Amino acid sequence: MTRTISFTLNGEPVAAEIKPHHNIVELLQRDFNLMGARESCGQGMCGCCTVLVNGAAVSGCLYLAAFVDGADVRTVESLATGDALSPVQEAFIEAGAFQCGYCTPGFLLMATQLLEAHPDPNDDQIRHYLSGNLCRCAAYPEIVNAVKIAARKRKAAAAAA
Amino acid sequence: MATTTLQGGQVGAQVGRSLPRLEAREKVTGRAEYTHTMRLPGMLYAKIFRSTVAHGRIKSIDTSAAKKVPGVFRVVTSEDVRKVIPEPYYGPAFHDQPILAIGKVHYVGEPVAAVLATDPHVAEEAAQLIVAEYEELPAIFDEVEAADNQTLVHEELKPAGTFADLKHLKGRKGTNIALDFKLRRGDVDKAFAEAAQVFEHTFRTQKVLHLALEPYASIADWKESGVTIYSGAQGPSFVRTEIARLLGWPENRVRIKVPYLGGGFGGKLYIKLEALVTALSMIARRPVKVALTMEEQFYTITKHPSTFRIKTGLDKNGRITARKCEVWWNGGAYADIGPRVTQKSGFTASGPYDIDNVWVDSYALYTNLPPAGALRGFGIPQLVWAYESHTDMMARALGQDPIEFRRKNLLREGRPHATGQVLQSCKHEQALDRVVERLNWSKPLDRGTGPVKRGRGVAVAIKAVISPTTSVANIMISGDGSTTLYCGTVDMGQGSDTAMAQMVGEVLNIPAETVKVVPRDTDVTPYDMGTLGSRSLFHMGHAVRLAAEDARAKIKAMMREVGEPEGSNIPLADLFKKKYGMQAGNIVGTGSYKPDYIPPAPETGLTTNVTPFWMSAASGAEVEVDTETGHVKITRLITVVDCGKPVNPKIVETQISGGSLMQLGFTMFEKMHIDAGQVTNASLADYKIPGILDVPVMENEAVAAEQANGPFGAKGVGETATFCVSPAISNAIADACSVRLMELPLNAEAVFRALRAQANKPLADE
Repeated sequence: MTRTISFTLNGEPVAAEIKPHHNIVELLQRDFNLMGARESCGQGMCGCCTVLVNGAAVSGCLYLAAFVDGADVRTVESLATGDALSPVQEAFIEAGAFQCGYCTPGFLLMATQLLEAHPDPNDDQIRHYLSGNLCRCAAYPEIVNAVKIAARKRKAAAAAA
Repeated sequence: MATTTLQGGQVGAQVGRSLPRLEAREKVTGRAEYTHTMRLPGMLYAKIFRSTVAHGRIKSIDTSAAKKVPGVFRVVTSEDVRKVIPEPYYGPAFHDQPILAIGKVHYVGEPVAAVLATDPHVAEEAAQLIVAEYEELPAIFDEVEAADNQTLVHEELKPAGTFADLKHLKGRKGTNIALDFKLRRGDVDKAFAEAAQVFEHTFRTQKVLHLALEPYASIADWKESGVTIYSGAQGPSFVRTEIARLLGWPENRVRIKVPYLGGGFGGKLYIKLEALVTALSMIARRPVKVALTMEEQFYTITKHPSTFRIKTGLDKNGRITARKCEVWWNGGAYADIGPRVTQKSGFTASGPYDIDNVWVDSYALYTNLPPAGALRGFGIPQLVWAYESHTDMMARALGQDPIEFRRKNLLREGRPHATGQVLQSCKHEQALDRVVERLNWSKPLDRGTGPVKRGRGVAVAIKAVISPTTSVANIMISGDGSTTLYCGTVDMGQGSDTAMAQMVGEVLNIPAETVKVVPRDTDVTPYDMGTLGSRSLFHMGHAVRLAAEDARAKIKAMMREVGEPEGSNIPLADLFKKKYGMQAGNIVGTGSYKPDYIPPAPETGLTTNVTPFWMSAASGAEVEVDTETGHVKITRLITVVDCGKPVNPKIVETQISGGSLMQLGFTMFEKMHIDAGQVTNASLADYKIPGILDVPVMENEAVAAEQANGPFGAKGVGETATFCVSPAISNAIADACSVRLMELPLNAEAVFRALRAQANKPLADE
């Protein structure tokens, strides 16, 4: 039943023993102690379990661990570089874009991906891009604001580089 | 006063700063710990087998197939539970809820058995192989029908004894009424007889749920010496008391540790999974975790559906002279805190109006539905939905401006509220004024052309905080001058850790971000009644203030002791060194707060001190109604609250915004659909909550205010923004197209049906 898979996790080559029914959230939590991707609805409706596989956001609760064999997997834990937070993480803090924090990793990953696709997004782009992530504390106005702050930070960083 | 700048940060005024949350970094790095993702070494996972009938006697439970699944450690039923906990009934108001069903099941989804395994998938598979047979009994679902019915949910009432005013219900048989609260002021019958006009309407609210994104989860690690429970609990002190009672142990053998909560909203209050995991850990003699799925949350605790019949008498000048309120609260199969919701909201059922003759009957009912408890407002949003819809209907019938009609009747500061308590530090009038200003009420609204009609509406409300309750806090200053706060208020996202640290910083003149707030742990953090009902900032705020003042007095005493001159600015680390000769010692400050309270007279519900503070809010909405489809677009949502002086203005803003958006979901679309007791939309795919595309143009404001008796002029704001959203929107819909909805939610179907009925072309029922 079990098989071994190898993949790249947050830039490091890793291997794990999995069963066919394991999803990627279980894999990350149990084998790698990465708790940022969390199961909530179990149906791919809420975005709390968002993980990037080969650069694309997936719902980790529905994404079988077996599918990441050979893939490049990134989680919220990869956003900061050492002690330095990413511009999106900093912006979420400045804007007060979360309350309980349970959904925050999913929003951070989606916002990061959004800014890679649209470095200077307008409100509509932000809202449509993040419409697959739910926040029961409803920090949505602050999240939209955070994405705009992050866009400015990224631009400033690019100009300085 | 001594200062420290150990970790940098702003020294000086700490209250009033928009300081980012202390735990922000952990939350954006994914490192914040939640119970749902926690694991202990050697832990077993439990999966619950639940009732499929709404009311029935358990004839048999066949666990043989489940036991045979490879990897199953144990299958547990109430028979096993009773061997370790002989009286396994729990609950805050009534000891009515069994850890696993005993003899009968009372709702679809009630836990009947549990399967333990090291692999949660094995436990889940095995749980599905359990077969139970029931002798089905008649079930009752409607709260009004339950009030006077032969179908009884429980044979006998079992009040917990925690609340003195429930004691008379002990052993009562033949009723589904768990509590009847009444308030009698003046002579309503006489006033109705003399009234120029009388209006009576009946409003209903639907069953909705908290739906925290972190589903309920608890872990117990039982040993003979004591039990440690990790739980996403809003009231760890209560959990400790209740588990100690179940085990017959002193409280100090029960330890409750609370990681971060992924949302609570009242759902994670009192006792939920903690008794079950404790029993399972006792049976297994290993740590046991229960982490629910999203679907299972629909069978755990919900908001109260309600029916509110409201009758108002007016004199010829449009002054309200009498009001009769009859409210039926659908508490589901177990009382949870429903009796408290019934009573505490009952106090203010007649609204923020100055009425000489008031009659309130508020009933907590048992039904065969999933239990109901507290949800962000403790019953108030249900009441305001009714009384502020009713207010608008009367104003329209009288041809009066709804704002003027309200102003004519508002209860003003210095006047006695229906309970008899004089209203003080309550800025609902100012909140209403600000909403009216923002809406430009005096200017006519563009009503739109064609099928899309525009309208606007307002609502105003007050709430009495739950009372009397106690909070205790300790502060410890270490030999290097660093400060640690121990308090039991649970930060479930509302920002309480940050606000409490700001209050400590204010008193001790240190930057709030240098204060460590210890995670909740009942072995360490002192008693607190619970994080509920917007009580924490006021009650725990006072306890924290007192603890900090105590610490400050002790610092001063130490300065005198070591011969420092008055007004010395010696850094704390140097002060400790001077006293102890090295970096050593502690200063411990402690504070305890319980407000004064006079219990309501049993026969009249009257008291001159029902609440230490009043919460108040007003909302305004502008909407567009598509009269061809019933679709409502909220074009503006304004919420103005009175929270006294904001401790952290940014966090206050997010509480207003978050509260009104949550209530927007309860107003516009959220509804648990129930068929014969079975929830038919128990998933996020079928039960919609507000998403980012549902956010209207919002304006949030806290009126300039100062709570006279609050810590630093502040009071709580966790619930306040929810109060007025539903009636403000409904009043706007009525303003737009003259249809009046008497039941939530205000979805397109409801509006369209009402429009067709108004046009004398009603649609057939479903």
